[in-house]
Amino acid sequence: MSLYSFGLEPLSCHTWNKDRSQIAVSPNNNVANIYEKKGKEWVKIHELTEHSGRITGIDWAPETNRIVTCASDRNAYVWTLKDGTWKPTLVLVRINRAASCVKWSPLENKFALGSGASIISVCYFEKENDWWLSKHIKKSIRSTVLSLDWHPNNILLAAGSADFNCRVFSAYIKDIEDKPGPTAWGAKMPFGEVLLEHKDCGGWVHSVSFSPSGDQLAWVAHNSSIGVSDATQGKEVTQLTTNYLPLLSVLYVSPSEIVAAGHDCCPIQFTYKGPGALEFVKKLDIPKQSSKTSMSAMQHFRNLDKRAIEEDSNELGTIHQNSITQLCVVAGEKAKVEKYSSVGLDGAMVMWDFKVLPCIPKK
Amino acid sequence: MSKSTMSARFRRVDVDEYDENKFVDEDDGGENQLGPDEAEVDSLIRQGNLMEALHAVLKNPPINTKNQNVKERAEGLVLKVLSAFKSSDIEKGVQSLDKNSVDLLMKYIYKGFERPSENSSAVLLQWHEKALAAGGVGSIVRVLTARKTV
Repeated sequence: MSLYSFGLEPLSCHTWNKDRSQIAVSPNNNVANIYEKKGKEWVKIHELTEHSGRITGIDWAPETNRIVTCASDRNAYVWTLKDGTWKPTLVLVRINRAASCVKWSPLENKFALGSGASIISVCYFEKENDWWLSKHIKKSIRSTVLSLDWHPNNILLAAGSADFNCRVFSAYIKDIEDKPGPTAWGAKMPFGEVLLEHKDCGGWVHSVSFSPSGDQLAWVAHNSSIGVSDATQGKEVTQLTTNYLPLLSVLYVSPSEIVAAGHDCCPIQFTYKGPGALEFVKKLDIPKQSSKTSMSAMQHFRNLDKRAIEEDSNELGTIHQNSITQLCVVAGEKAKVEKYSSVGLDGAMVMWDFKVLPCIPKK
Repeated sequence: MSKSTMSARFRRVDVDEYDENKFVDEDDGGENQLGPDEAEVDSLIRQGNLMEALHAVLKNPPINTKNQNVKERAEGLVLKVLSAFKSSDIEKGVQSLDKNSVDLLMKYIYKGFERPSENSSAVLLQWHEKALAAGGVGSIVRVLTARKTV
């Protein structure tokens, strides 16, 4: 694992380009910065300034090389690289509240945008008029949409919301794509159809993630729990409450392994093997042994007297010194993730290696 | 600047009540929840079987009911059981509970902190320490985020 600090400001969101040589991050303001890897350092090569509000989501489409950003100013822009600079195009998302998250679909012909208006805006490019249009999903959502994830079939969209519900919608847009075949989640998928609505996730659903096949959906909620809905088992929901602080981001890294991270500043691995079989595996950050620097007796008693402390460490034992807000796949395909990245409120980006230990079959 | 002679009562109106999109929790029909069985728990305490009393008092929590009396009775009963334990037995008591029961115990403990009586806070703090060791900060987070609680 390696850490890179982008400064002192929290990183609201991050996204990688196709070959992972560039990263787009926003330091909790209305600007998105693109950095390029030069040796061991990340050098800023572009600044995307068009938003007037704090940027809440960025996503980079690897194949078409377009970036979409969304912000609290109720706007979203699609950026294309022309002559070495990124040019923004306004997207008419038609929301009257802040945008909260944005994600390109797997085929990159559309993207979904969640907002505080209890609406998901699915946006696609209309060639005739040369602009980005949007269609709204409003059904049954009653509060801010906090997170989105696309199913590999480019049609289904999972949404975690602040109304304690986790839902799967169909985002099928007949103008730009063919009718989808049936999936484990359902057969009829007109636009806006609700294929899963899990009502009581226990708290705000901060993050959702489909499994590589799309047959399972994992989410993390603010009551320090993680849940999985299994479409192959009648959409049965398995929930696991943890002893840690709430998790903010969840990512499927293999058909059965899930990595989640949040306010405990440490990624945690879970495994899902079937209904009722959602288990904690281990914490993925090995806390460094606090080096006992040789302190003189005078120092020790001075600390005790002035600050009433015995040790002299203000640092957490984990690599991240503040909550992790987002996880992202870096290397490996979705079913076999080898590296993933995390950004947090400490302004740091950490790259983690994921290794699946060989399973010793029980005798 | 002269004071306005019109009524300022409008400033006290709770506008959120009139919001059409106001979020209302679903009604889970908890009118029939009566809380833990008082007779059963009392007899177990008298017999000195405190572990069983603990398990019995954590059954049937009045989570969905809107009836405050039921909730208060349940809280009082739980406090009775918790106070009856010897300090050295508290840890064993907590160990014998499953995950959901630890969460429920935490909810009762924090409810008990809300209305402190003679010795209740001291007893509750001892239980809080052991319950925290078993449930972690996650159990406290669940006390804070639960929409329906005891």
